[in-house]
Amino acid sequence: MNALITTAVFGIILMFVGLVVKQRQYIKYVAIAGTVLAFIANLLDAQSGYGVLHGMVEVSSFSVLFNAVAIASTALYFLLCGSSFEKVGEDVADYFALIFFILAGIMLTGAYSNLLMLFLAIEIISIPQYILAGADKKNLKSNEASLKYFLMGSFTTGILLMGIALVYGATGTFDIREMGLGTGELSPLALCGITLLGFSLAFKVSAAPFHFWTPDVYDGSPTVFTAFMATIVKAASFIAFMRLFHVSFSGGNVSGHWQLIIAIITAATLIIGNLTAVFQQSVKRMLAYSSIAQAGFMLFAIVSHNEMANQGLILYSAAYSVATIGVFAILLKLNDYTFDGFNGLARRQPLVAVVCAIFLFSLAGIPLTAGFFAKYFVLSAAIQQGDLLWLVIIGVLCAAVSAYYYFRVIIAMYFKPGEADAQGVTPGFKALLVVAAAIVIVLGIFPNLLLQYL
Amino acid sequence: MLTVLLILIPLVTGLITFGLSGRGAKVLSLISSLATLAVALAAWSQFRTAPEALSFTAEWIPQLNSQLNFGLDGLSLMLVLLTTISFPLIFITVFSRNYEKAGAFYGLMLLSQAGMLGVFLAYDALLFYVFWELALIPVYFLCSMWGGEKAIPVTFKFFVYTFAGSLLMLVGIIYIYFQTEGSFSWQAFTSLSLSNSEQSWLFWLFFVAFAIKMPVFPFHTWQPDTYEQSPTAVTMVLSGIMVKMGLFGVMRWLMPVLPQGAYMWQEAAILLSVIGIIYASCIAIMQSDLKKLIAYSSIAHIGLMSAAIFANNEQSLAGVQVQMFNHGINIIGLWIIIEVIEQRLGTKNMQQLGGIAAVAPKLSILLVIISLANIALPLTNGFIGEFLMFSGLFQHNVWFAAVSAIAIILAAVYMLRMLQKVLFGEANALTSATTDLKGGEMLALVCITAMIFVLGFYPKPLLELVSGSGIQNTVAALTGR
Repeated sequence: MNALITTAVFGIILMFVGLVVKQRQYIKYVAIAGTVLAFIANLLDAQSGYGVLHGMVEVSSFSVLFNAVAIASTALYFLLCGSSFEKVGEDVADYFALIFFILAGIMLTGAYSNLLMLFLAIEIISIPQYILAGADKKNLKSNEASLKYFLMGSFTTGILLMGIALVYGATGTFDIREMGLGTGELSPLALCGITLLGFSLAFKVSAAPFHFWTPDVYDGSPTVFTAFMATIVKAASFIAFMRLFHVSFSGGNVSGHWQLIIAIITAATLIIGNLTAVFQQSVKRMLAYSSIAQAGFMLFAIVSHNEMANQGLILYSAAYSVATIGVFAILLKLNDYTFDGFNGLARRQPLVAVVCAIFLFSLAGIPLTAGFFAKYFVLSAAIQQGDLLWLVIIGVLCAAVSAYYYFRVIIAMYFKPGEADAQGVTPGFKALLVVAAAIVIVLGIFPNLLLQYL
Repeated sequence: MLTVLLILIPLVTGLITFGLSGRGAKVLSLISSLATLAVALAAWSQFRTAPEALSFTAEWIPQLNSQLNFGLDGLSLMLVLLTTISFPLIFITVFSRNYEKAGAFYGLMLLSQAGMLGVFLAYDALLFYVFWELALIPVYFLCSMWGGEKAIPVTFKFFVYTFAGSLLMLVGIIYIYFQTEGSFSWQAFTSLSLSNSEQSWLFWLFFVAFAIKMPVFPFHTWQPDTYEQSPTAVTMVLSGIMVKMGLFGVMRWLMPVLPQGAYMWQEAAILLSVIGIIYASCIAIMQSDLKKLIAYSSIAHIGLMSAAIFANNEQSLAGVQVQMFNHGINIIGLWIIIEVIEQRLGTKNMQQLGGIAAVAPKLSILLVIISLANIALPLTNGFIGEFLMFSGLFQHNVWFAAVSAIAIILAAVYMLRMLQKVLFGEANALTSATTDLKGGEMLALVCITAMIFVLGFYPKPLLELVSGSGIQNTVAALTGR
């Protein structure tokens, strides 16, 4: 709860900081201070005890841990990418403010205990994103991204509301723990509601066949905001998705009704995301498709309903966010976003190339990186669930495919001759990259460092 | 403690070597590999007196109940010795060469050594998987960075093949993990009784992973190109040691964990192996590229070993283990000579060679000896292993034995033809200018030849090693149920 208030307040503060602070490069430090305070506030939540606030917000070890991951990833994002905000446009303080508002929504995804709060969380996350996608006002693609995202997003919000209304009609409550759907026969009303909720959330996490907005929006938005939208925001939407389906729509025979649909969505997401990513020429667009592919793996945590899925999704959020933010941060320093733009980077910037390779290894799920254990946990969860072995086999084959496009970047950096050079790589930036890579490797050797708090 | 040192020494020195350049990297990696060899020999002597003291267990991931569990039995000790003997030989051979970015080259070599030793020592399935992948990554970079002009796509194919295979194995490991009530230990895996239908499909998940690594027909397509394009030092690692990981995986994990599955698919696996033997031998005869010839000959030899494993009786299993060691030694010897020829003459095409015997007698004598060992002539080290394998295969099925025995004749055809083309005949302008073996190369080859003869005359230490606890465990696990 403290973390939620802190992030919301800091959003407002940052809106006004732009008026006071004229040197734009200092705004970043205010934002970083904000994440530090939010992190401390989040720790205080853990201190002051867990509980439900007015039947709306539920503070638990799970929500505190996820908030910690989200805030820490955002801090890393500000540190690595913060200086690129200035290149997007004039209103730097506003961008930071919008990110803090999104963060406030993210704090809710792990903690909502009421469908109304779920709706609020999703909307608080979405609306600032529509603005951020169009932040590069003079760029046609950025405008297109914003409009497309807004139209599709608001349409889906309608479906989400419809789903909530139907579920409310069937159960008479908004509280996610008191629906009691498992006790009796499932009414068609509830079934429709569950399906609509599933579809709208699948849209938010860009699962196939609801993924069509993703490549255009991620590609058209300013790269620095894509880095945020594709990582922490996506992980938060997954947390919301998982909590709703594992808490409310489980028990009795309820999960049997939606499990197959989600399993098919998972398989489609994996196959479409991975196969399309193979054919991309731009690294930015490849990362957009890779985010769909990674969403496929995170969906494993929703299909399988057990303790390992919870652990896996938290670990996946951390591993995926850190690695992807790292790759985006490096991408932002390059002039050319195609694969050829990475040619010969290892010669010019050996350290940056090594770190980038570690992030890509993690995304591909190579052992001793956090990505391996993230994949390991979600796959294990699905195997433990039983009857999903076909999905797991599809998953691992797709993981092998994903190695193809991640390694293309490594091949370009190390084995191809070229003159790629990163602009403005300061020692501080390098140090931060090394810290991020160290996180990836440490979590890849000792995942329990994170999971012990769950 | 010795077991942990075996992995730690190459790991730590490998990481240090990255920071060095040129001569420093060379010297440090040679010292490191000799130190690892010394530790391996110490482990061997301890193994004869108190083998229990060699196992090591520590907590790793308590949530998953996975442990850092290392241990040694006869089979893994033999492979550890093979690995630790091979690396100093490789480093001595290439000592006079100056690789570009030497620090990274030697660092990656040592890291791959650490990975492979980890595979041989791990008694925890998750740990095994991690090392299995870890051995691959440095080799991927070595081949791509220092390989031939087509090395990048070829190595990438190799990487994706093995990665896909190992991920399937990971699914199998996770599945079995849940059947054991949450334990990754080898003991828990082997003491589990899975139903026949489970074993039947689990078998393929594991078999494909191992078959790609060995490689067994039809999973072999990555191999000849990768061997040809890799720098020869890396090819030695790949063909001498890394392919043994596949055979080792079958013997350590597949057969004991899934005995019924192995029994059910026994004939299919042998059939694939035998097809591979004949197929690879026939292609080897047609090759004019030295590296490709040895690559295909290696597929044939590995095919025989894989067939013998699945024939699954005491003789064939003993033969496989002896042959794993000897094949490693012999093929490294062959690669050293090819490396020498390629360095001196700039070609590995047999059509352009000939008459080397006149100008380089030492090289020629050693090449003849190693080639004969590769054909498994009596009194060379290759003989005892092949004999045991054929005898075991014969007991299992006469026809399989008869068909794969053709491979011996074919091996003689392509090896002797190779000798004839490379060593004898008219010397041309290119070959008459060549020089004989020099310091490091001579030293490495003499060590190998000495091993060929010693193990050919007196294979008892090796047989004792592999017929110790390792083989009995495996056989007991196979016949016990």
